[in-house]
Parts: sequence; C-alpha cells; structure tokens
Amino acid sequence: MAERRLPPVTEVGMASLALIVAGGIYLAAHLPKHVPLTPAIVLLAASVALLAGNVLALARVPGFAWASFFAVARWALLAYLVIAGMIEYSFLRDHVRGGPLVILTLSLIVFAVHVPMLIGFTVARFHDPAQAA
Amino acid sequence: MADVAVPLGEASAQAPAFESPDFEVVPRRGLIAVAVVLAAVIAAIAADKLWPLAFLHFVGGASWTIIDLFLGFVIGPILGRLSPPAKVEFSTRMMPKMVLIMPTVVTATLAAGWQLGVHLGTVQSNYYNHGWTVASFIVVGAMAVIALGLLEPANIAVLIELKKPKPNPAVIERLMKRFIYTAGATGVMQIATLVIMTKLTVG
Repeated sequence: MAERRLPPVTEVGMASLALIVAGGIYLAAHLPKHVPLTPAIVLLAASVALLAGNVLALARVPGFAWASFFAVARWALLAYLVIAGMIEYSFLRDHVRGGPLVILTLSLIVFAVHVPMLIGFTVARFHDPAQAA
Repeated sequence: MADVAVPLGEASAQAPAFESPDFEVVPRRGLIAVAVVLAAVIAAIAADKLWPLAFLHFVGGASWTIIDLFLGFVIGPILGRLSPPAKVEFSTRMMPKMVLIMPTVVTATLAAGWQLGVHLGTVQSNYYNHGWTVASFIVVGAMAVIALGLLEPANIAVLIELKKPKPNPAVIERLMKRFIYTAGATGVMQIATLVIMTKLTVG
C-alpha cells in the first residue's frame, strides 16, 4: 500500500484563521474606544507566519497534484476576494481608519489566500498525479 | 508533523468504482441568485436602514441555523445508511447547491448582522449587554473557522471527486462524513448563537 505523507496543511490553516479571527474579535470588542494594537499585530504576525509555513511545507511535497490544486484554488480565490472585498467595504463604510484598518485589511488578505489554499489542498490530496498521467 | 493522505490504491481496490451522473460543480444559474443576495446586502449596508439589515440578518441567520442542524442531525444519519451508489446520487444533487447556498447565507448573515449592530449600537463597548455581544463574536468566529477550514473544502473536494470518470467511493464517503460531522458541530454551536441572540433581543 503506497501512502503519501502530507504536511498538516488543514490543521495549520485552521490555526492561522483562528488567529486572525481572534485579532478581529479583540479589535471589535473594544469599539469605539482606542485600543492598543500590539495584541492584534502579534496575532496577525503569527497567522502570516503559519500561512508562510504552510506554503513552504506544501511546496516541498514531491509529486503533489498542483494542476488540481490550482484548477480549484484560483476560482476559490476569486470567490473569497469578492467576500473579502465586501467585508472591507463594510469597514470603510463604518469609518474604520488608521492602524485598525491596516490590521483588518491584512487579516482579510490572509483569509482570502488561506481559505482557497485549504480548498485546493483538500481537492489535490485525493488526486493521484500518477493515475491522471 | 505529518498526516496521511487517503491510500488511493487500496481504497480503489476495496470499493467498486462507478460512474456518477453529470452535474455542474458550481450551478451557473444559481450564481444569479447569489449575485442578487450579495447586491441586496451591499445596498442594505450602504443605506444603513434598520428593516433591510434586520431582514437580511434574521433570514440569513435562521437559514444558516436550520441548514446546519438539518444537515447534521437529519440528513447525516440518513446518508450514513444509504448504499454507496445512492450516496453518490444524493451527493451529486445536493452538494452543488450547498457550494452556493452556504457561503452566501453566511456572508449575508454576518455582513448584515455587523451593520445592524453598528446601527443599533449593540457592537459598541458601552452597550449594557456587551459581554453577550462579544460571546456572539467568539461563537461565530469558531463556527467560521470550522466552516472555512473543514466544511467548505470537503464540499468542493467531494464534487471534484464525483466529477472524475471513476469516482472513488471511499474518498466520497470520507469527505461526506467530514462535511456532515462539521455541519453537525456548527449546528450545536448554533444553539449557543440562538441563546445569545434571544438574550440580546430581549435585553
């Protein structure tokens, strides 16, 4: 039985999403008061680090079904960019400005990249490139 | 630091492969309905009027809750007892619809809900029930992470598997279990949402 060993992309991706959600809750819970940004910056930085780690780990998997990954992930990226754009619009509509806006925008970028990556990974992990060839 | 991919060769050998009916992974006609709902959400946020925001938040939230509970506790157990061909037949008809329904319902609920909270002042930290509002953020955040990390990828992956010339029943069963279990888990969390939202409504 040939088994492909894969990095824990889903688990790391969920941890990354949980960190930006925590940062968003932290900022939202203090509205409209001035809020120290350091905890949100730390959570965002950790989330970005996990995203980068996930990309690197996946890039090193030999024989990964990249064609299947990108075939799905690019459309998912389009869909999640639309959703992220709607959320960004609502932030701008509510006059979120300065540091909180920068952190929330960067969090949305992590969200819009990481979710399509998880979808593409889940599809590609069940695709055997050898069988396709 | 590694998990194991499904053993494709063994799964294929154990379970008989069969053809699935033709279908669209993303039903194109349904995209029109999605566009209408999202346009309505944008218009409601731009107008910042109470009734449209409340309508979209209540309808979206009720739909989200009911779908999660129904999938997890009614459809899930039924699906588990169906034969593999019946599971494939059912999945090819239900899952494409879920690809459009769930992200749309969740986006509409959360976007309209946030703006409603801004309009009513319930998201402000000086709101007297602020602790309950923050609790709702935490529950919704947990549900979002589960839905985005597990449920939505499983939904898409099962459809891509069904699109293959010879779909692997073992892979479909594994992904459908993941989909139904995560829908059930978020359904349970929806009960917490109902408790919080009714508390916020009555004060």
